[in-house]
Amino acid sequence: METGTLEDDAGRADDDGTERTDEVGIDRTNVEPVWIGLPPGLLRMRRLLLVVWLGGITIGTAVLLGWLAGPVWAAFALLPLGLLLWGWPMLGRNWRSWRYAERADDLLISRGVLWREETVVPYGRMQLVEVTSGPVERHFGLASVQLRTAAAATDARIPGLDPAEAERLRDRLTELGEARSAGL
Amino acid sequence: MSTAPGTEPGTESPVRDPKPVVEHRLHPVTPLRRAWAPIAVVIGWAVHDPDGAQRQLTRLTTTTLLLAIAVVVPAAALYGFLTWWFTHFAVTDSELRIRTGLVFRRTAHIRLERIQAIDVTRPLLARIAGVAKLKLDVVGTDSKDELAFLGEAQARALRAELLARAAGFAPETAHEVGEAPVRQLLKVPTGVLAVSLVLTGGTWATLVAAIVVPSVLWMATESVWTVLATALPLLGAAGASTVGRFVGEYDWTVGESPDGLRIDHGLLDRAHETVPPGRVQTVRIIEPLLWRRRGWVRVELDVAGSSNSLLVPVAPREVAESVIARVLPGVTVPDRTALIRPPRRARWCVPLWWQGYGLTVTDTVFAARHGLLRRRLDLVPHAKVQSVRLAQGPWERFKGVADVHVDTGANKTVTARLRDATEAADLLRAQAERSRTGRREALPDRWMS
Repeated sequence: METGTLEDDAGRADDDGTERTDEVGIDRTNVEPVWIGLPPGLLRMRRLLLVVWLGGITIGTAVLLGWLAGPVWAAFALLPLGLLLWGWPMLGRNWRSWRYAERADDLLISRGVLWREETVVPYGRMQLVEVTSGPVERHFGLASVQLRTAAAATDARIPGLDPAEAERLRDRLTELGEARSAGL
Repeated sequence: MSTAPGTEPGTESPVRDPKPVVEHRLHPVTPLRRAWAPIAVVIGWAVHDPDGAQRQLTRLTTTTLLLAIAVVVPAAALYGFLTWWFTHFAVTDSELRIRTGLVFRRTAHIRLERIQAIDVTRPLLARIAGVAKLKLDVVGTDSKDELAFLGEAQARALRAELLARAAGFAPETAHEVGEAPVRQLLKVPTGVLAVSLVLTGGTWATLVAAIVVPSVLWMATESVWTVLATALPLLGAAGASTVGRFVGEYDWTVGESPDGLRIDHGLLDRAHETVPPGRVQTVRIIEPLLWRRRGWVRVELDVAGSSNSLLVPVAPREVAESVIARVLPGVTVPDRTALIRPPRRARWCVPLWWQGYGLTVTDTVFAARHGLLRRRLDLVPHAKVQSVRLAQGPWERFKGVADVHVDTGANKTVTARLRDATEAADLLRAQAERSRTGRREALPDRWMS
C-alpha cells in the first residue's frame, strides 16, 4: 500500500479563478495528493445488506398483500423493489466517491456524490485515532478508522478499510501525530 | 455547624517543600452554600400552589413544626458538614488535585499547563461573607471541579500561585511571584452600557412580548391565572435580557497582565476571569443594526473548556480593535473593504443575504463575515485551526460555489459561505498549510518559559 508521499503534479492547468484567489492571498499548491480509494469489500457489504433488507421487504409485501388483499395490491411491492434497483448503482457511486490521501503533513478525506465534502486534518492536530469494526463489518473483514481532533465538528472517518490497512493507517497516523503534535 | 476541629484552610502557600503534598479544606462557610435550598423548595411550593400551602399551614401545630425543624436542620447541617469535611484540595508541582466524596470518592487531577482560564467569582452572598469561588477551566472538566468557597485573599493568592506554576515558574518560587501587575485596557462606562442595551432589538422584542401577549390573553380569556402564568415567564425573560444583562455586564473592565487577559465585571455578583496568553481560539465582532450609527461593537471570544464568551459588551470599534490586537498578538482586524463577497451568482443560493457574506485571509487570521443587519465577523488565528472542510451541495455545485468550514478547539466552526468553487478548493489546501505552519510561531503552553 502506498504511503503519503508527495508527487509533483504535471498536468494541472485550471487557471480560471486565479485572479480571485490571489486577491484573497492564497498560495497555489501545485502538489496533487496520491488518492487511495476504498477496497471493494465495503461495496459488497452494503449491496448485500441492501438486497437482504429490501429484497426481503419486497417479497414480504408481495406475498402478504397478494394473499390478504389480492394480486392488484401486491403491486405495492414494486416500491421497495424500485428502491432496491435505484439503490444498487447509488451505493456504487457513493463507494467510488470515498477516497483518502496521506500527505506529508495532513490527511485528506473526500466523499459524497451530491453533497460533496472534503476534509483536511493536519497530523499535529490529532488527539485520538480509533479503529472500529462491528459484527457485520468483521464478517466482511472490514474496519473503519476515525480521527478525532479537539474540535467535535471534525468529521474524519474512513469506513470499510481492510483491517491490516486500518492498522497500518492507525500506526502511521499516531506516529506522525506524535512527531508533529501541537497543543490547542 | 462547622465548629468541628479540622485543618484551617491555609492562607499561606500550600506547598513548602516539593515532596510532601499539603491538603487543604475549603472555607468553613462552605456548608452553608446549599442552606437556602430547602427554603427555596418551600417558597416554590407556596407560589406554585398558594391555596394548598395555606391549608397546610393552618393545620401545622407548633409541635409538628418544632419536630420537623428538629429533624431537618441537624440532617442538613450534618450533610453540609460532611461534604465540607471530605473535600480537600492540594497544589502539587504539576497539578491541582480536588478530592471529594463521602461514599463515592472522586479525585480530580487538573494539569496546570493545560489551564485554559481561571475564574474567581464572588456571588452576592459570598461577597457579604468574604469568600470566593475559584474555577479552573481545562478541556473536559465538570462544573463541579471548582473550589467553592475559599477566603477572598486565599482565592487571590491561590490564583496567583496557580498562574505562576502554569506559566512555568519554578515550584519553589511560584508562591513568591505574587499577582502579576495589570494594565487596564478598557472600562465600559455605565451610561454607554445602558444606551447599548436600549439600542438592542432583542430587549424591545422581549419587552413588547411581555406586554402584548398577556394583554391579548386578558381580552380573550379574562382569566387572571392564565394571564399571570404567561406574563410571569415573559417578564422574567425580559428582565433577564435587560436588567440581568446590565447587572452582569456592569463595570466591565478588561486588563492585560503578563498572566494574560483579565476581565472583571458584575454589579451584584462579581467575576474575575483570567485567560492566559495563547488560549483564545476565536474572536467574534458583532455589530447590531442600531449600534452601527454610533460605531459600537460587541466582542465575544471562545476559549476551549470555558463557558465565558464575552470580551467586550460594548465599545467603539477602534477601541475594540485595539483590545483584540492585545488578545491575539500580531492580529489586525481586517478592514471592511478587505472582505471579499461571494460571486454574484451566489444570490441564487441565498437571496439577499449573500451580500452579507465576506471573507479575507491575512497572514495571521481567517476572517469570515455573516449577516446583513446584525453583522458578525469571526476571526480564527491560523494556529488555532483544528481541521478544514469543504462542503458543496448539488445546487451549490450547479452554481459553482462551495462552503469552507474551519473547525477550532473551542467547538466553534467558522464558515466562509458560497465561495467560488475553485477558490474554495484552493482555500482548503492553503488553509491547511497555513494552520500547520502558523503553529510554529505559537507561544508555548507554559508562557513564561
